[in-house]
Amino acid sequence: MKAVITVIGKDTVGIIAEVSGILYRNNINILDISQTIMQDLFTMIMLVDMQGASVSDISEEIKTLEKNMNLSIHVQNEDIFNSMHRI
Amino acid sequence: MLNPFEILETINMISRENLDIRTITMGISLKNCADPDVDKACEKVYKKITTYAKDLVAVGCDIEKQYGIPIINKRISVTPIASLVDVLEEKTTENCVKLAKALDSAAKKVGVNFIGGYSALVHKGFTDGERVLIESIPEVLSSTDIVCSSVNVGTTKAGINMDAVALMGRIVKKAAELTRDNGGFACAKLVVFANAVEDNPFMAGAFHGEGEGECVINVGVSGPGVVKCALEKVKGEPFDVVADTIKKTAFKITRMGQLVAQEASKRLGVPFGIVDLSLAPTPAIGDSVAYILEEMGLEKCGTHGTTAALALLNDAVKKGGVMASSHVGGLSGAFIPVSEDAGMISAAKCGLLTLEKLEAMTCVCSVGLDMIAVPGDTTAETISAIIADEAAIGMVNTKTTAVRIIPAPGKKVGDTVEFGGLLGSGPIMPVKEYSSSEFIARGGRIPAPLQALKN
Repeated sequence: MKAVITVIGKDTVGIIAEVSGILYRNNINILDISQTIMQDLFTMIMLVDMQGASVSDISEEIKTLEKNMNLSIHVQNEDIFNSMHRI
Repeated sequence: MLNPFEILETINMISRENLDIRTITMGISLKNCADPDVDKACEKVYKKITTYAKDLVAVGCDIEKQYGIPIINKRISVTPIASLVDVLEEKTTENCVKLAKALDSAAKKVGVNFIGGYSALVHKGFTDGERVLIESIPEVLSSTDIVCSSVNVGTTKAGINMDAVALMGRIVKKAAELTRDNGGFACAKLVVFANAVEDNPFMAGAFHGEGEGECVINVGVSGPGVVKCALEKVKGEPFDVVADTIKKTAFKITRMGQLVAQEASKRLGVPFGIVDLSLAPTPAIGDSVAYILEEMGLEKCGTHGTTAALALLNDAVKKGGVMASSHVGGLSGAFIPVSEDAGMISAAKCGLLTLEKLEAMTCVCSVGLDMIAVPGDTTAETISAIIADEAAIGMVNTKTTAVRIIPAPGKKVGDTVEFGGLLGSGPIMPVKEYSSSEFIARGGRIPAPLQALKN
């Protein structure tokens, strides 16, 4: 399964490092990554290959990171976006 | 890769605009659970439900996690229980209550929050079992926790069974009396239908119809907040633009429903039935159908123009949603349950939204008078007459209408009755003081209208 990880929050040092650290430890491969500043907020969108793990495997670590760095992180199966925006 | 704006739009819809899947409802046929012995019937019912639905809640939660979309309710609908009562050797209220308790405990065992189908379809006449089942409704609803009941009293094809209408007025009153300490809460679990649909996933009116298969997954979507936010961006534009905006939004919402329905159906190994395209409000701020109507330019829901605004909304939701799903069904349209909608509650409290206006609104939307609290001293005949009016609207317009009315014991106009949770709080609305008793006492059937004779 491919998943989209969205990270939104105030730009600080180490966001990408922390997120990709979690992915690395759970054997999740990053396929694509884009990053921008939208309405003053750091916004990173990653497409990852979840073959090595499931969403619940990383949810605890993601929650802790959200709290520690004051970020909003969503991990969602890619299909939800495809089905909503592609006919 | 997907466009970042599209990804953020979806995330915004979920996290800020209350987009959710309102319910995954598993329809289970209980036809093969009929038995002349009530204890055996109860055992079969319990066993079948707990076997078929054992993974329903877990699968729902798993899909929720994986897709990051909230799935608020997991529910079960079953074959109208009247057909099981008809087979019983002893058709008594006590036996009906036993069956209902079997439903209640099976539903609790699998962890769903409601089970619907304590129902009877009597639009043309009663069987013995149906009559006993209806008589038992007040006791069943007051002695079980999560069983929902519905009775169909009219159809376009058959006309309106006025004996059933008269009976339901008394049943509603008795159900309220038996749950006097909870504001007549039992009535919130009882729907009186005309043209009831067989695949409705929404409570309290869900049941697994006669034409349905062994087991099926139906999904109800929601998202009034998403439509409201989309309309904020087209302020002042003509109605063509409004309708188009609603259609596009409804399409996106329904695609979520279709995805979840397919996924649930695949994981549970149960055929996918329908997606119900309804905009279902909750008492949460920002999740209101009334606010959508107000966003169209009405100062408050219930003022002149409300019916036209609702007609546009209802139609655009269907047009947008229908292409997004392979099978659309259920009630599909906009719901207007007064106590469950922050905007409706506010409009009813200030006296603007009245029963008369709601009746007009039910002519153009997908349901009827829903979650209406009226004074506790409202007579059974008046409630029957309100049901008859709604059933007539449904019958003539070939649409589903329903009445879910709560004559809150001891309450009068100006009071509010609290139901809690998704059922919200209902301001007591005034009813007419003039009597309809002689009209209701006539009984018999109102013949089917000419539009029934299409063959």
